[in-house]
Amino acid sequence: MPQPITATNDFVVKFANVNGSGSASANGLFAKSILRMGVPIASRNIFPSNIQGLPTWFEVRVSEAGHMGRRGGVDMMVAMNPQTWDRDVAEIEPGGYLFYDSTRPMPKSKFRDDITVIGCPLTEITNNAYSDPRQRQLFKNIVYLGALSALLDMDVEAVRASIAAQFKGKEKLVPANFAALEMGRSWAHENLACPIGLRLRKADAVGDRIFTDGNSAAALGAVYGGATVCAWYPITPSTSLAEAFEKYCGRLRKDPETGAKRYAIVQAEDELASIGMVVGAAWNGARAFTATSGPGVSLMQEFLGLAYFAEIPTVLFDVQRAGPSTGMPTRTQQSDLLSAAYASHGDTKHVMLLPEDPAECFAFGADAFDLADRLQTPIFVMLDLDIGMNDWLCAPFKWDPARKMDRGKVLDAAGLDAAKTFGRYLDVDGDGIPYRTWPGTHPEKGSFFTRGTSRDRYARYTEDGAPYVDNMQRLLKKFHTARSIVPHPIVTLAKEKARDGVIFYGSTSAAMREALTALEAQGIHLDAMRIRAFPFHDDVAAFIAAHERVFVVEQNRDAQLRTLLINEEEIDPAKLVPVLHYDGTPITARFILSAIADRASAANVLPFRKATP
Amino acid sequence: MSYLPKPKLHHPKLPTNAIGLTRRDYEGAISTLCAGCGHDSISAAIIQACFNLSLPPHRVAKLSGIGCSSKTPTYFLGAAHGFNSVHGRMPSVLTGAYLANRDLIYLGVSGDGDSASIGFGQFAHSIRRGVNMTYIVENNGVYGLTKGQFSATSDKGSVAKKGNVNTDQPIDLAAIAVQLGATFVARSFSGDKEQLVPLIEAALLHEGSAFIDVLSPCVAFNNHPGSTKSYDYVREHNDALNRLDVMLPRQEITASYAPGALTEVVQHDGTILRLRKLHDGHDPTDRASAMHYLMERKAAGEIVTGLIYVEPEAKPLHQNLGTVAAALNSLGDADLCPGVDALERINASLR
Repeated sequence: MPQPITATNDFVVKFANVNGSGSASANGLFAKSILRMGVPIASRNIFPSNIQGLPTWFEVRVSEAGHMGRRGGVDMMVAMNPQTWDRDVAEIEPGGYLFYDSTRPMPKSKFRDDITVIGCPLTEITNNAYSDPRQRQLFKNIVYLGALSALLDMDVEAVRASIAAQFKGKEKLVPANFAALEMGRSWAHENLACPIGLRLRKADAVGDRIFTDGNSAAALGAVYGGATVCAWYPITPSTSLAEAFEKYCGRLRKDPETGAKRYAIVQAEDELASIGMVVGAAWNGARAFTATSGPGVSLMQEFLGLAYFAEIPTVLFDVQRAGPSTGMPTRTQQSDLLSAAYASHGDTKHVMLLPEDPAECFAFGADAFDLADRLQTPIFVMLDLDIGMNDWLCAPFKWDPARKMDRGKVLDAAGLDAAKTFGRYLDVDGDGIPYRTWPGTHPEKGSFFTRGTSRDRYARYTEDGAPYVDNMQRLLKKFHTARSIVPHPIVTLAKEKARDGVIFYGSTSAAMREALTALEAQGIHLDAMRIRAFPFHDDVAAFIAAHERVFVVEQNRDAQLRTLLINEEEIDPAKLVPVLHYDGTPITARFILSAIADRASAANVLPFRKATP
Repeated sequence: MSYLPKPKLHHPKLPTNAIGLTRRDYEGAISTLCAGCGHDSISAAIIQACFNLSLPPHRVAKLSGIGCSSKTPTYFLGAAHGFNSVHGRMPSVLTGAYLANRDLIYLGVSGDGDSASIGFGQFAHSIRRGVNMTYIVENNGVYGLTKGQFSATSDKGSVAKKGNVNTDQPIDLAAIAVQLGATFVARSFSGDKEQLVPLIEAALLHEGSAFIDVLSPCVAFNNHPGSTKSYDYVREHNDALNRLDVMLPRQEITASYAPGALTEVVQHDGTILRLRKLHDGHDPTDRASAMHYLMERKAAGEIVTGLIYVEPEAKPLHQNLGTVAAALNSLGDADLCPGVDALERINASLR
């Protein structure tokens, strides 16, 4: 038996549960209690495409150092699901801990010799305490929370405060939950060696950060960004974004006197209708968006081409999941970059924003509407399941009180009267962005026909080559204008001069930062660039040019961002080394570390010389 | 070419309507459709209806999909914004436009390919949602732009120009609209302007999903013997239910009719739809009886035209959603942005 793992405020606990058993609430209490102790955590749900009965896991990484990526490996398994017992037990690190319900005896072969096994008769405890089967099930979760609090030396007041917060408004449920907590806690104190090697200690490392998921944050961003129309079709993992928009609007967007809504949400019949409604609403002057995932983006292709060509400000949140086809609908990937960047037939290019965490989901969620109006084109906000559906500890949401919506180049009636001439597709300012008018603006001026067919600068139908090319070139110019107004990349230089660099984006960021620290400890120094938008800012090509080799770390099979870099910036492919993780689980620092360290050290090998005799 | 402007000169004594516009002010570009196309008659009827109602042209938004019918919004209401969208997807674009601004008048123009085939789903869902619109299908039973394939409204047994016979059952869009909960359903014939113009007027005034199926023969591909959508066939089999007069709320009612022959329906906005009944046994405010009547006449080989169904107190989508009275696209920062204090409270709740 190896030495049991000892660690304070730096370990991973994983809960193996059955979907629909009520475990999510207890697991959430566990996570929030640790935060309440001032200790950062990164938590992730791993769940199946199922409502009830299939296995589900909840992983909590405790990290006082503040590492928010998935670490990989499990120090303590709370094994509450017989279906997955074998694989759950196998996943524990040597020297780790197994916590299980010991009401029924298990054969010795079901355990391992190199871990500490902690049995607690949860079913027996709850069967004795409760007669109602539903209560027995629900309180079993709170009982194990109580036992864990004793085993890990948690601050019980933090746990109790979390319970009180959870049942705010339903206060009469609090004493019963306190009682169940105490049941587990006292049983553990009386029967087990508490605490074990894994311990929690109060710290002051959380600061003013908030704990929330990217979908809610993006939805709140849409509220702050002035979105009034949301048309959507349910699809995992984006559904909770539209639902959060409805929830936040219900609280924040009703007329205080009449209760009437300053927003309209329509659950459409499919993704085609969702994006169609967004296009119609945006054409008519409302800020409108849809939320979807890869299969939805596939269905929206035709409309996205229309929105690009007819220049309709459109916002689309794509919460990416593992494809292709239905793929792994409840697993994460960054695999829609190409289908979003070049969505639709013909020559098209679309703007993408790449948030790294919920704080940026909020910021980009609002910015997307200004960008769409300014550029009059679809804006994709590319979340993924990992950011979208997991709670992340991140910077609080920020808003500049002086900020106003930037509606871009829209002519009202007075503007039309003042203008010398109006041509919907006339490049008046030389930035490729024309002026538009909303329907109903002026009795005589500014009307035009919006269409997906080719037209001249005055929106008149034509199939002549020259005006078609003129228009396509202007759209390219507009796309070039976008380079400088989308969120800029962020560079972090290595402590020592680095020959090589690394490029990453989105939900990879947390694991990447941790990996950079670990690489540095191994003497591998890399300058790092986090890309936050497409089209790429000029700094991106400059960064690549300044390094011998650049690793491009992404969560897809085909190195999609690398493809965009090669295609759009004419980078020599040999210079860009792909580091790809795409099994559907969030990328880990351990994975990046080993992938880069292998290649980096291979490059550091001394030249081969014949061994001297 | 369709973008060639028409000369703006017109006879000084051309009659004007209540807002001082002439019929010419409601026209659009010159049509590029075939000479004699039924669709052009429908465009003319739309122009006449909008003129009669004195609608400010720029307060109408005209939307369409793809196909011959969907080209027509270019040919009327030149001062209005138009949107020629994606094949079969006009209803979703119109729905979105209506969500953004409830104050405009929405006119959707589509065809039988656009609405009964590729866009069947969007047709259905826009109607069941109660989008406040006038939805006109210019129905010729054939794909014109791609040269003569059967559409989903072609009758079983109808013969194509090339001689092949349609073996599939037709979709009756008007019957389906009744079933889906449209609050105004009519059918007409492009060759009967006297019937069509008041139906369009009533539909434009109706607050809810108003659907009109207009049989509109295709002179190029579906106007031959053996076709059930030819001018001759439709004239011979036209079974007009009623004749409609639309009375605006303040209009003096002067005409007089024999008692018993009249049904009056008062719409939500106060307009009176006065129906001269041509048939007994049809009550246009009874959905079930409208369905029954359509089925019965279809079995007898007749094409029912006229106002088939109307629900005077319709409740459009914005009302169901509970949105504010102001157009959503008119709301500003103060209405939409909850501000810094609210955000700080949200931050606090997430700690």
